[in-house]
Amino acid sequence: MIRIVKIKEKNSRQTFAIHLAAFLLALCAGGLFILMLGFNPLEIYATIISGAFRSKMAIQATIKIMIPLLIAALGVMLSFKMRFWNIGGEGQIIMGAVFATYFALFHADWPSFILFPVMFIAGLLGGGLWALIPAFFKVKFGTNETLFTLMLNYIALYLVSWLQEGPWRDPSANGFPKIASFGKSAVLPKVFGVQIGWIVALVLVAVLFVYLRYTKQGYEISVVGESQATATYAGMNVQKIVLRTMFLSGAIAGICGMIQATGSDRTLSTGVAGGVGFTAIIVAWLAQLNPISSLVIAFLFSVLEKGSSVIQSTYGLSTDCADVLQGIILFFVLGCEFFIRYKFVRDHKGGGKKC
Amino acid sequence: MLIKFLVAAIAASTPLLFGTVGEILSEKVGHLNLGVEGMMSIGACAGFMVGMQTDSFVLALVAAFIAGLCSALIYAVLTVTFLADQNVAGLTLTIFGIGLANFIGIFMLGSSESGTLKLPAGITAQMREISIPGLSTIPVIGPLLFSYSPFVYLGVLIAILAGLFLKKTKMGLNVQAIGHNPAAADAAGINVTRWKYTMILLGGGICGIGGAYCAMIINGGVWISNNVGGLGWIAVALVIFAKWNPWIAIGGSFVFGALRILKYYVPKSVISLPTAFYDMLPFLMTALILVISSIRKKRDLNLPGSLGVDYFREER
Repeated sequence: MIRIVKIKEKNSRQTFAIHLAAFLLALCAGGLFILMLGFNPLEIYATIISGAFRSKMAIQATIKIMIPLLIAALGVMLSFKMRFWNIGGEGQIIMGAVFATYFALFHADWPSFILFPVMFIAGLLGGGLWALIPAFFKVKFGTNETLFTLMLNYIALYLVSWLQEGPWRDPSANGFPKIASFGKSAVLPKVFGVQIGWIVALVLVAVLFVYLRYTKQGYEISVVGESQATATYAGMNVQKIVLRTMFLSGAIAGICGMIQATGSDRTLSTGVAGGVGFTAIIVAWLAQLNPISSLVIAFLFSVLEKGSSVIQSTYGLSTDCADVLQGIILFFVLGCEFFIRYKFVRDHKGGGKKC
Repeated sequence: MLIKFLVAAIAASTPLLFGTVGEILSEKVGHLNLGVEGMMSIGACAGFMVGMQTDSFVLALVAAFIAGLCSALIYAVLTVTFLADQNVAGLTLTIFGIGLANFIGIFMLGSSESGTLKLPAGITAQMREISIPGLSTIPVIGPLLFSYSPFVYLGVLIAILAGLFLKKTKMGLNVQAIGHNPAAADAAGINVTRWKYTMILLGGGICGIGGAYCAMIINGGVWISNNVGGLGWIAVALVIFAKWNPWIAIGGSFVFGALRILKYYVPKSVISLPTAFYDMLPFLMTALILVISSIRKKRDLNLPGSLGVDYFREER
């Protein structure tokens, strides 16, 4: 009879070693999969890494992929820390982009020192308000936030497709339902060849690190996440904390949408979020909900995604390869976390196995 | 017109029914599996590819079932044995499953000569709408009852059987007890781990068949990426609508099937709404139902008490 017992939590070095082992095992499992398809896994992995760094342009492209992923992961992190299962990152990104796009389309004549801040605040509000909806119903009626935030993703998505078909349709696109490309004045500037979003992302990492670790509000988030009862007992206003944190979580996702639309896509399309809201959850979880680690994980993931596009052009394997590998990595890490807190024990005696 | 609409709605509800019943089985033992979309995608891929290679409908169904079951096994190992967070494990399964299905689809596309993946004529004939001489031609009743693809009958059959199992058998009641209070069930001598695995895997297999419907029927037998397209997520929400009851799920998925095809049947001259609105409708309705059911907070909602919480035996 094998049973599970709790053990003393491992220290951070042992934890890191277990995570590393899980990561390597995941690469082996992924390699096995590649081998089954008839390719050399080492060759594929080497191509992924070299593909992401092979030229200055490739590195810039890798960073460009990382920007939305990192910002969205920071947003998701806030709500997950509170054990509020916000899987609506996708929708919040879209709404941020929608709000910002309004100004990019109709107020492109404003001077840029006004237009950019306005678009930034619009994106922030768009994502934040969209996230407030499920938060409000959660605190008022206990509505399941996982499913509600998810449904809001699709509602936001079809909102954009409606804007494309109708009100914001580009008349010069020969009947093709799309929104016009933004004028030059509404496109974010570049710094070192990559849109300025990477600076915003880095600033947000620092801000969130300080916010979560050194402020009262950050402390409140982790208390509510540990136990709502404890938080209430300690005299915290749980409802207020949930609403505030969800607004911030959505606002960060909204900033991500604004930056993606005005910095990279230069228009609004239904693909503005493109699954980033979901991948961000994996990033945040792998990073143990830590802003600094999420910088590392988001970078690794963008290497994986950029590398996958090179694999597509070299070997004809689809870029979905990145999703598969990301999934495998998280499966192994989720599995390994068991060994940080528990262990299997074999009972030698036949009797007394219960309790 | 009305009969045509009802028939189309029943057909459109089928993948939802499979997904919902599969998820009910998993949630009945307390495991909220958000991987439905992923399990359906993997089932879709396996069913389609096997169907294409073997030209056999039965083999395609078996393959879809086994593939869905195997993908649910990943989730079960992580959440039942390794006590991992159910939300994250399920979400990862979805991302992984969609990615894997798309990846294999494009891989097979690369090795096909024609540049498209299409089901051969033999299997298309086997899964076409049945036609029973005498019965199918009766007006009204004929098209409403005897004019569907075998998938539809299989779906209803599975839903009825799942309901019978859960309500009328001792094993089914044991399973429900696990969902409500695993510690009490364990103390009563029910093998919690074994039943959790059984139900999660069975649920995954059923979701897989639903995925096969998406891949093999919806797009006329041609493979496209993302062919499940959010139906798995609607199924997760439908579980709440159906109050964790497979029999109500039949009606629930019919309502949502009707919503999905409404845009083809509302005459433009009567109500002219943008198509995007119709596409949004099922998701909007689901959100509304979530809100309404939480406001009413009905006790007979039948929510499994331990839903979403892993069971660690030593902490009873």
